[in-house]
Amino acid sequence: MLKDITIGQFFPGNSFVHKLDPRFKIVFTIIFIVMLFVADSFAGLGIGIVFVLMAFLISKIPFAMMLKSLKPILSIIIFTSVLNILFIRTGDVVFKWAFLTITKQGLTTAAFMVIRIVALIIGTSLLTYTTSPIVLTDAIERLLSPLKKIKVPVHALAMMMTIALRFIPTLVEETDKIMSAQKARGADLESGNIIQRAKALVPILVPLFVSSFRRAEELALAMECRCYHGGDGRTRMKQLKCGYRDFVALFVLAGFMAVVIVFNVYGI
Amino acid sequence: MAIIKTENLTYVYGEGTPFRKVAVDDVNLEIEEGEMVGVIGHTGSGKSTLIQHFNGLLQATSGKIFIDGEELTKDKGKLRDVRFKVGLVFQYPEYQLFEETCYKDIAFGPKNMGLSDEEIDKRIRETVKLVGLDEKLLDKSPFELSGGQKRRVAIAGVMAMNPKILILDEPASGLDPKGRDKILGLIKEYHQEKKNTVMLVSHSMEDVAKNASKILVMNKAKLFCYDDTEKVFHRADELTEMGLAVPQITRVFNRLKAMGVDINDDVYTVKYGTRLLLDILNKKQHPDL
Repeated sequence: MLKDITIGQFFPGNSFVHKLDPRFKIVFTIIFIVMLFVADSFAGLGIGIVFVLMAFLISKIPFAMMLKSLKPILSIIIFTSVLNILFIRTGDVVFKWAFLTITKQGLTTAAFMVIRIVALIIGTSLLTYTTSPIVLTDAIERLLSPLKKIKVPVHALAMMMTIALRFIPTLVEETDKIMSAQKARGADLESGNIIQRAKALVPILVPLFVSSFRRAEELALAMECRCYHGGDGRTRMKQLKCGYRDFVALFVLAGFMAVVIVFNVYGI
Repeated sequence: MAIIKTENLTYVYGEGTPFRKVAVDDVNLEIEEGEMVGVIGHTGSGKSTLIQHFNGLLQATSGKIFIDGEELTKDKGKLRDVRFKVGLVFQYPEYQLFEETCYKDIAFGPKNMGLSDEEIDKRIRETVKLVGLDEKLLDKSPFELSGGQKRRVAIAGVMAMNPKILILDEPASGLDPKGRDKILGLIKEYHQEKKNTVMLVSHSMEDVAKNASKILVMNKAKLFCYDDTEKVFHRADELTEMGLAVPQITRVFNRLKAMGVDINDDVYTVKYGTRLLLDILNKKQHPDL
């Protein structure tokens, strides 16, 4: 049951989008978000949607995954649309009953917001679908490296994130094992009131903490044995390289951005 | 009557996802009471998955399981009773220790059974003796003990529930040879004293050959065979083919026979092998005897 939890939603593949330099992908995502917020008409948003759908098609990620990424924010979508519909009272009245006034402008703003949020989520989840968490942290480290100048420990932070990501599946598996072992000794994790249930977690948490500390110690020792001493002068096995693909993608994205700006200027 | 019986037991991991994997495939099995069964199989052959069905930790995708004549159902209350009847010791059981003292840790299982304090105390003293631990250790924290001692405390924690069936998954892994022998020896003693059914999952053919009266072989999620130890090791070729070695001593005798020596090759313990060889050598030296 615990194994069903997926952390990071990387979907391995070999497409054009997968092969893009992760640093560029992060920048692209930021540009895409800016694009969505720059657009002030349905036509402009449409351009953004076309872009993200195109990227999705190229990445060969199953369509169902796109819908899956929207599921957790369904409540936010409903909340914002209801809020917009009910509280925008300017424009032509479409429906009026007691204190409820629904106007045409309210409806259009709601639709606009919903499309913007949906596009935002689809676009950003495409980044996590096509980039493995480890590569992503690597790219973040590179992008943030200028901050080293002002003494931000970028490398240490990225290393911490990498290690945390690396150990999540291990810990999930371990928890599963310990739970089974205690259940085999008759531990009852499912019934009783809150206090009883909290108490029932002790036989699971104690061994989990003990083994986490042991693991941390072993890892630290192993890293020291291999002369790890932080980020200075460290080289990488997998160098991030940008190539023609990244510039092609950048060019395409810039084109879309230009169209959105032109739409804004001419008020389309 | 068989104490463990399965009918067409099948278990599938991740049904309905791209990661679907059949871990146990159509297993029909009958294990008699009081047997010492060795369970062998390659990594990923489904042996660990199989044994987790016997105490209801995993529920079969299809098929039936009968423990002591009673069918396992999804009823939670009954499942807990089954867990007390079928004690399961996981691999590296020392990682499940959590209490302040060994005494309290061993008491965890019996306490969950709802036994009286006196009964629990009695059982703890009894099992501690069974696993060969000093009673002085009972008041110590389990985290102060050595690896082998920790493991014995953990095994005692399951034994103290006095299960009708005791299943141990790789009880000797990660221990030095002396520790291995000690743990396996105490399991054998436990079996002889209690006359309970014991299942021993192991990679080591030597350990299984030395201890088990019957052997269950899993291969690629299927039950390859369940038979007497000699009969199983007699199929050395098939076992080798599936990546399982027969005991070294058996291989020696198989090779001797293949070389044309007139010898019985149903040998799976060094003790028996030595005796057999000595007999033959004696006969050679004194053909008239």
